[in-house]
Amino acid sequence: MVSDPFDPVKIIADWLRDLMMNTWNFSGDLAAVILKAIGAFVIAGLVLMIFIVLTWVERKVAARFQDRIGPNRVGPRGVLQPIADALKMVTKEDTTPKNADKVAYNLAPILSVFSVIMMWAVIPFTEKWIGADLNVGVLYIAAVGSFGVLSVLMAGWSSHNKYALLGAFRGVAQLISYEVPLFLSLLVPVLLARNMGVNAIVRAPAHWKWFAWMAPLAVVIYLVSSLAEVGRAPFDLLEAESELVAGYHVEYSGMKFGLFQAGEFLHSFTAGALMAILFFGGWQGPGVDQYPILGLVYMIAKTAVFYFIFIWSRVTFPRVRIDQIMSLNWKFMVPLSLVLLMGIPILDYFFQNDPLRIPVLFGFNVFLAVVALGFASRGVKRGRRPRVRFEGRPVAVPPKEDEVAA
Amino acid sequence: MPPTLMQIIFLIGSAITLLAALMVVTRRNLVHAALFLILTLFGISVLFVLLEAGFLAVVQVVVYIGAIAILMIMAVMVTRNVTGNETRTFNKNYGLAILIALLVLSGLVVALNHWPALNTTTQDVDTSTVVKTLGQSMFTAEAFVIPTIIASILLLAALIGAIVIAGPGKAGEE
Repeated sequence: MVSDPFDPVKIIADWLRDLMMNTWNFSGDLAAVILKAIGAFVIAGLVLMIFIVLTWVERKVAARFQDRIGPNRVGPRGVLQPIADALKMVTKEDTTPKNADKVAYNLAPILSVFSVIMMWAVIPFTEKWIGADLNVGVLYIAAVGSFGVLSVLMAGWSSHNKYALLGAFRGVAQLISYEVPLFLSLLVPVLLARNMGVNAIVRAPAHWKWFAWMAPLAVVIYLVSSLAEVGRAPFDLLEAESELVAGYHVEYSGMKFGLFQAGEFLHSFTAGALMAILFFGGWQGPGVDQYPILGLVYMIAKTAVFYFIFIWSRVTFPRVRIDQIMSLNWKFMVPLSLVLLMGIPILDYFFQNDPLRIPVLFGFNVFLAVVALGFASRGVKRGRRPRVRFEGRPVAVPPKEDEVAA
Repeated sequence: MPPTLMQIIFLIGSAITLLAALMVVTRRNLVHAALFLILTLFGISVLFVLLEAGFLAVVQVVVYIGAIAILMIMAVMVTRNVTGNETRTFNKNYGLAILIALLVLSGLVVALNHWPALNTTTQDVDTSTVVKTLGQSMFTAEAFVIPTIIASILLLAALIGAIVIAGPGKAGEE
């Protein structure tokens, strides 16, 4: 590494630590705790501010896909529109159902955003800027994702509304079902990098030899499972604006509903960031060794690409029914990801340092995808309703002459 | 001697855990009790982190909070009316219960006081090889692979049993 690359975070942290320990005479422990707390606040604040930008991006991109312009009145090109949205959310009447369970009712939206922000503790922005360099980072992400499930349950139950509860149960069923292929496909880069730490997974592939080339099927499975985990279309039966009114958050209004929306958007942004990190090299890119700041740019660019893919799939696909969602998961994605998880380490063991590693693994993925789609199409053909032969409906004809008198 | 940072965090963490555990058994509202159970399990996970068992802490969250607690909450929600989920918190055996609890507590205190490792500090563990060592001990033949396989077969039997019991009947039945 070039001596002393420009690292503003380290400069600020050193200055603050020096200020606390020498000028104010804090002990080393207290200074460390305060620095970590400031870091946590900064990351959480940044993530929440990204939500403001994300609403604008979502509306503009969705509008362009639908051949319209999107918000363009408030500010140049509508960039101030999220501020108007936020003002509207905040000034809406904050209703609470009469028999609602107040603790759980207020805690549910907080938990939903909490679980997403906790994920950002292990996401590396560049090589050195990471909240906590855990060596079980991937497992931590899985653990924190399960808090979001809890918030759905609490929201549905505490609303004291049968339909919210039904929506919450369906939502939880979808969420915990799709956690299985999500975690299984999350394990594939762990296997390929031989390390569970997130920063190690980003560092492991050599330049441009991303894990996406070695396991494209895992990328696809992770993409679909993320869409289902976040509750985004085509799997958005959780909100289902036209059925069950609004699912588990039907009784929420004002800023609490805004928090649920924030949680959903931020979760999809985080899922995009995780895909960039685990499969596409994260902050790696040309020139990161000399200027580590470039890692931040690459990371944000890759995340933006995947967030664009999420928005794209939202406006393109029709909604999937809940039984179709479940059968897709348990009959297709779980066996597929299990077989993938079994095959990749075996192949990787033999081709570890071989230059043929990437083509062989890629070929295995393609083979597996073809086989799986073959099975799936057979199942689809068997499930199709039999087509009735069209005989031709009798049109009205005038009666024949000998039938007139009747 | 002023408490070190680790001691402060330990005190706060265990206080929260114990308080939440007390709330679990004294709340009338069952869903509140389940939520306090989640807080208790999270506090235990914090204690694991303090013991430098990071992997165990995360596994605790995944397994206990992400699966078991959600199962318990769903069971509570499915079996309650929407209107009433209050329960009686005490029954008439509380005298005997207090006696047994005090006996167990004193037994634990006495037994742990005679534990020779009480006053030693934790050894430094190379945390980067924890997962590897765990994997090796679970899957090598001279370690614990057979208990692992037996446990997995037990879980598989439970899974199949659940599907058989709760699944759709044969065509022709209701």
